[in-house]
Amino acid sequence: MTNTTKPPSPILKVWDAIWTPLLSVFVALLIAGIILIITGANPLTVYVSLLEGAFLKPGAFAETLTIATPYILLGLGVSLGFTAGLFNIGAEGQFYMGAVVSTYIGYAVTGLPAIIHLPLAIIGGALAGAVWAGIAGYFKATRGAHEVITTIMLNYIAFALTDYLINGPLRGKGSAPRTPDVLDSAILPKIFSGSDNLHWGFILALIILVGYWFLTKRMPLGLQIRTVGANPDAARYAGINVNRTTVVAMLISGALCGIAGATEVLGRYQYMPAAFTAGYGFDAIAISLLGQGSPIGVLIASVLFGAMNAGSGFMQLQAGVTPAIISVLQAFIIIFVAAPAIIRSLFKKN
Amino acid sequence: MNKSSTSPPTADPNAVPVLEMRGITKRFPGVLANDNINLDLQRGEIHCLLGENGAGKSTLMNILYGLYQPNEGEILLNGKPTKITNPKDAIAHGIGMVHQHFMLVPTLTVTENVTLGLEENKGLFIDVKKPADRIRALSKQYGLDVDPDAYIKDLSVGMQQRVEIIKTLYRNAQILVLDEPTAVLTPQEVDDLFHTLSQLISQGKSIIFITHKLREVLKVARRITVLRQGRVVGATTPQEADSAKLASMMVGRSVMLKVDKDAAKPQAPVLSISDLRVLSERRTVAVNGVSFEVRAGEIVGIAGVEGNGQAELVEALTGLRHIEQGTVKIDSAVMPNESPDAVIEAGAAHIPEDRHKYGLVLSYPIRYNMVLSTFDKPPFTKGMSLDEGMITKNAKDLVKKFDVRTPSEETFAGSLSGGNQQKVVVAREFSRPIKLLIASQPTRGVDVGSIEFIHKQIVAQRDAGAAVLLISAELDEVMSLSDRILVMYKGKIVGQSEAATAKREDIGLLMMGTQKN
Repeated sequence: MTNTTKPPSPILKVWDAIWTPLLSVFVALLIAGIILIITGANPLTVYVSLLEGAFLKPGAFAETLTIATPYILLGLGVSLGFTAGLFNIGAEGQFYMGAVVSTYIGYAVTGLPAIIHLPLAIIGGALAGAVWAGIAGYFKATRGAHEVITTIMLNYIAFALTDYLINGPLRGKGSAPRTPDVLDSAILPKIFSGSDNLHWGFILALIILVGYWFLTKRMPLGLQIRTVGANPDAARYAGINVNRTTVVAMLISGALCGIAGATEVLGRYQYMPAAFTAGYGFDAIAISLLGQGSPIGVLIASVLFGAMNAGSGFMQLQAGVTPAIISVLQAFIIIFVAAPAIIRSLFKKN
Repeated sequence: MNKSSTSPPTADPNAVPVLEMRGITKRFPGVLANDNINLDLQRGEIHCLLGENGAGKSTLMNILYGLYQPNEGEILLNGKPTKITNPKDAIAHGIGMVHQHFMLVPTLTVTENVTLGLEENKGLFIDVKKPADRIRALSKQYGLDVDPDAYIKDLSVGMQQRVEIIKTLYRNAQILVLDEPTAVLTPQEVDDLFHTLSQLISQGKSIIFITHKLREVLKVARRITVLRQGRVVGATTPQEADSAKLASMMVGRSVMLKVDKDAAKPQAPVLSISDLRVLSERRTVAVNGVSFEVRAGEIVGIAGVEGNGQAELVEALTGLRHIEQGTVKIDSAVMPNESPDAVIEAGAAHIPEDRHKYGLVLSYPIRYNMVLSTFDKPPFTKGMSLDEGMITKNAKDLVKKFDVRTPSEETFAGSLSGGNQQKVVVAREFSRPIKLLIASQPTRGVDVGSIEFIHKQIVAQRDAGAAVLLISAELDEVMSLSDRILVMYKGKIVGQSEAATAKREDIGLLMMGTQKN
């Protein structure tokens, strides 16, 4: 039968895109609440303190946005991979590589004014991430090596490599294993003069977010990437160079993750510690799924994940529950987003 | 209804029909898919259900098979009103369905596929011997030669269809519904199928045969019911009707079945192929030293049973498959190996055999599908950004010019009917200036009205000076559309003749690898 139903109206489309993520978060909060009750805590107190810690306390919202900054960039990086039909699990490794190269440029290259030094350090991070992801893209395009396997392997190499560098050649003078401080000329300055850590990396992330939207929705390259993701055979038939597009998509994806690493070391830490992140690159896969591949969705999901991380400390103090409950909450959100069928059947959505 | 002398003795028009569908009405949001349809099936007859894509044939059969519930109407089996709520019900009532796209697991054996999902298979251990014996017995009884221990992936398409038929018989089907069963078969396999069908009806089975191919209807049907836009527009028999009448019933107006074209005025060669050698997916030689030319202003048709290297030939010509040896020239330029964009750049258009795989991005709106190979060039890209206005305008114009039946150019390609999807491909490929058209199975799975339209468009391209290479498994199509015919067999061109003087029988023999003396 010919399907003569009209395409959905824009409002319906938007509603459709936010429906599943919204309900996923809601149901996850409910289930985590039940777990809290079982452990003897009052979920209301817990959630209120989480909200306070993430948004209401002085400097809390700035902290949330600080943590959201790498999430936004990593989330976009993973999303671009998805758009091209690539599952870039290597965001974490590309993040590390970007961070370590940015740090090195940030402290080792001297005598440059900030206007050159800072962009150089960021671009260095972007290139490092791009190269790291590009290796996986290259082997996918020329040898058919599956990017899930290669990016996971490249993650391990990146962890070991940065660990070696920070404990070895790049180690600073102090007792803790960390790099020297980044020079002032390479620092992403703070936005406010307060005690918070919110830096210009956040603004950079927002600008890149707009650029991402323009690339994927308005540029021919974006449509090429989307076509390769949607139907590689049809893309090839139409004269699109699928192999090149795959490599380009991986390069851009890796560059975004590399910039995330750059903002983290040049803005938040201003050096690179040995114990660097707690799996931001993996959270980014969840953020990309939760954001349904749209830049706005990634932004909202990033702020949500940022808020949960930022608020967990205060929540622990105030409500006396372990921050592990945050991981539980995030895990449930991911389960429901990754399996929208569960949510649909729960709410009887056709 | 005419009593037919060719009908088997078991078919008595006055007996209680094995199946009667009365006043079936099915509404979908915005569509009346079936409007008060009456259909009956006598024991031991083949009843053809004829209609274009979207006429409501599939909806009606899905109702019979329990996949949809009708809004109105009832189903009677052997005169008893019966409610069929799901396919399991339908199977229990002796209804078997052979889908156009087979529902077989390639990595399992025939026996495993036939018994898949049956109660006898629900235990901890699977008894393979008893089912295999029963399959052998069924094969013998109905002349459906098939090895129960063979793996599906090793079977030809015709064989796989036999497995599907055995699957229904194994479940004791009395009524068999065959949905476009010949769409994927070679001419010989079609003959085999028709032989099987006559075996089945002579042993008391009843068959509903869904198709849009007129020649077949006239060959196998005892009775014919024609659907159009969800309604029964007529019931007839092969004795009363001919192709022209059936076609006009189907489409609602008279249709030119014969392609109307003037004699070709061939010019200089556009496509020159010399000594081409191409491997198949399984690394066997698929195209073996093929050389020919296609000149501007002529249509060269390649006839041949599917699987004799035509698909690989087309893929090599269009840059989708590696060329092992030999050259492909467009005008005087040698095409680089495996470079679809160079072929497009040289002025070639390609209607691919598999429109779902190559021709369309089903998850894209029509608008993007119409510019799939041109969106990165002006006028669709301005500076760094896509010109959405131009892309939409282009789609609007093409939808109108090529008569694509769609609510809007925003509609996803995946929700169009087969005929309309093909029109989108044709519209896109014809929307740029072309020197060479490579049309592979251009009307496969396309309704009669669209076939006529697509044929006219292909002839129009020829008359405008394009060189046209037509590849079709339908001999009728090759014969009526081509100016020159090549026959391909086992990777080689085994014969060539002017279409005007070609004889169907001679070509048929060549297609089977037999030289006439």
